[in-house]
Amino acid sequence: MTDTSDLLLDIRDLVIEGRSGGTWQPIVKGIDLSLKRGEILGLIGESGAGKSTLGLAAMGYTKSGCRIAGGSIKLAGEELVGAPAETLRHLRGKRVAYVAQSAAAAFNPAYRLIRQYSEAPVRHGVMSRQEAERDAVQLYREMQLPNPEEIGFRYPHQVSGGQLQRAMTAMAMACRPDLIIFDEPTTALDVTTQIEVLAAIRKVVREHHTAAIYITHDLAVVAQMADRIKVLLKGDEIEEAETRQMLAHPREDYTKSLWAVREFRRAPRTPDDTGKPILTLQDVDASYGTLQVLDGINLSVDRGQTMAVVGESGSGKSTLARVIMGLLPPDKGSVSLDGKTLSPLNRHRDKGVQRRVQMIHQMADTALNPKHRIREVLGRPLEFFLGMKGAAKEARIRELLTMIELDPDTFIDRLPSELSGGQKQRVCIARALAAEPDFVICDEVTSALDQIVAEGILRLLDRLQREMGLTYLFITHDLATVRSIADWVVVMQKGQIVEQGAKDQVFQPPHHPYTELLLSSVPEMDPDWLDGVLNDRRAAG
Amino acid sequence: MSPILKITLSRLAMGIVTLLIVSVLIFSAIELLPGDIATETLGQSATEETIAAFRERFNLNGPVHMRYIEWLVNAVQGDFGVSLSNQRPISELIAQRAGNTFFLAAYAALIAVPIAIVLGMLAALYRNSVFDKTISGATLAAISFPEFFVAYILVLLFSVTFGWFPSLASVDAGTGFVERLYRTFLPALTLTLIVVAHMMRMTRAAIINLLALPYVEMAHLKGMKRWRVIAIHALPNAIAPIINVVALNLAYLVVGVVLVEVVFVYPGLGQLLVDAVSNRDVPIVQAACLIFAATYILLNMAADILSIIANPRLLHPR
Repeated sequence: MTDTSDLLLDIRDLVIEGRSGGTWQPIVKGIDLSLKRGEILGLIGESGAGKSTLGLAAMGYTKSGCRIAGGSIKLAGEELVGAPAETLRHLRGKRVAYVAQSAAAAFNPAYRLIRQYSEAPVRHGVMSRQEAERDAVQLYREMQLPNPEEIGFRYPHQVSGGQLQRAMTAMAMACRPDLIIFDEPTTALDVTTQIEVLAAIRKVVREHHTAAIYITHDLAVVAQMADRIKVLLKGDEIEEAETRQMLAHPREDYTKSLWAVREFRRAPRTPDDTGKPILTLQDVDASYGTLQVLDGINLSVDRGQTMAVVGESGSGKSTLARVIMGLLPPDKGSVSLDGKTLSPLNRHRDKGVQRRVQMIHQMADTALNPKHRIREVLGRPLEFFLGMKGAAKEARIRELLTMIELDPDTFIDRLPSELSGGQKQRVCIARALAAEPDFVICDEVTSALDQIVAEGILRLLDRLQREMGLTYLFITHDLATVRSIADWVVVMQKGQIVEQGAKDQVFQPPHHPYTELLLSSVPEMDPDWLDGVLNDRRAAG
Repeated sequence: MSPILKITLSRLAMGIVTLLIVSVLIFSAIELLPGDIATETLGQSATEETIAAFRERFNLNGPVHMRYIEWLVNAVQGDFGVSLSNQRPISELIAQRAGNTFFLAAYAALIAVPIAIVLGMLAALYRNSVFDKTISGATLAAISFPEFFVAYILVLLFSVTFGWFPSLASVDAGTGFVERLYRTFLPALTLTLIVVAHMMRMTRAAIINLLALPYVEMAHLKGMKRWRVIAIHALPNAIAPIINVVALNLAYLVVGVVLVEVVFVYPGLGQLLVDAVSNRDVPIVQAACLIFAATYILLNMAADILSIIANPRLLHPR
């Protein structure tokens, strides 16, 4: 494998710049990358590390507003930097293909899957349409898609997320490229779906001896997929090594910190002495139109504790939050706070109840009014719920900012667009705290964040809980998060609670079969994990 | 029932209800006009008897709602009554005029819509280039001039200076199709200049809106040509807003042509309406307004239904 003719991609000293505020800022700062035929390289790092930019550069492509400012990109000896647009166009889709993060967004909603599959081979003159469609069925079968004969004739919205992601990998394989760029292909998927997609991608890439660059921020995922791993931080390479060596002996501190994130465990909370639950749901059913989403939900949350609600998308987790908040009146059953039944609709609840129950949303981006400065974001609930004004309000805003570890002088006059993702989520937390709540619903608050940033948020939430005696209902699909922060775990599937109990009890066998499936689907850092799970499942039948 | 059929039927029902409301408005608005139609038409010197006979003949007696219902029932059957000024059946008068107006509108639409969409796509493809700015500037200039001004400029250029096209669009029932196209070319061109800008800019904006989406980027990353990305990947998904603007402009081509018809002395509905208003020929005004309203409602309804059908999620439910 050391033969140089085997070298497929050779990137030397690549500099890519992006335009921001009228000047060109480097995004990728002189990175080298080489890839042999049939090899899989994992690129990991936080957002803003330049992973996607580097991956796209292997296709000679930069996003609009970016430019290649220096260095060289050679694909099988051919220089791509400065190559004519037509040359690059002939190469894209044919010799280098791309698999995007969100398959639902990357498929054109107006066309059937198979038509989008055959577009590249037909337009690049590799196959006729009939050949391409026959070939598509073959690849759909290799990707273990159900009904490979007919699935291609569906529209993207008629196919589930995991299936779409596999169909997109098949589409990338259409011209049998030398190299495929996988840009976080499973980040948007549930763990149980992710495992199927990972297995299918790995199988097809290996069988066709296709080289790949696999971009992700999830170490456990990259451990399953890559032969080598390269760690990036803010456009610089931190280190690169063979997967097993990297996992066993990371050299750099930054890499070690990435590894350590998953180890955060908070101390368990002792339930408070009253022994009375703060929030109780009794026999709650809820539906959207004729579609029932919650079915007979019973739960009670103890004061000062964290209850984690886990399950796949569509299991009814977020609907549960909407019912508690009074945004969706339940068809049946009741929600009570401190033993007092709450009105099913938020607008009928009194201000005191509204103040005591707060919610933090998944997308901090869209949860903040882009035109409001932080002072206004935090000032509003202070005024509305607590009637604070003038100097008292200002002082409290500063106090809240200090609590979420943001410097008041720097941040108080900023707009949400001037904050990073993690900072925005911190502001959302402060906004919820401004009301001085007792009960806070955290709906996937760390899902959109990188692991390191997410860990910071979890530590913050934990500290606040300790200091203020808050009770959390923590909705997540990430079991690693549950392990870190939960006292009590509720597992939901198809609108029902399939298992609940203290964390240690739920995580210890024997499990409910669905909990078992969820738990066994969470990727582990062991590179043999995926093979192991697949073998176990095959053996189990 | 398929969702498409359901939506179509409900839109159709809504259209009919709207049209009924509009018909009430038209009828009552004209009832409310000051002055008495009989005395206005017959003049001050008319005797009591002639006025009474006139009222009887044109059904101006009786309670308003009864007259409205009678008028509506007849109108639905295509009978709009007789003209007050020349006693001829209105349906006959209007049929030919409406035919002319629809002909001109269709003629202008067939030129304007393809030009607008292709220019919009080109402007999106070469956005912010000199080409884009020139196209935007030129079409905006055309829409900013009053239409009669555009019409006279075209007459000055093409009839007076070059002598290529007639300045009067005089057609009658005997005019052949090709001859008709030739004679109405200048009014059609005037209308085209007026409606192109709006549709072109919407096409451009709707497409540019989509260009940052992942599936458009995906098409680039599959090595598709830029034109193909715009025409095949972006346009079909931008079609709903474009259809709505096109429908609005088509309606304008039928309803808003009065000035252009007057300038070119074209025997269309607009001319008829203007004449009828100055003669206080109320039944004609009512009929023409009803036709205009129906055109508007029909085109907007068609646009609604088409843009719903253009959504594959509705056309191909799970």
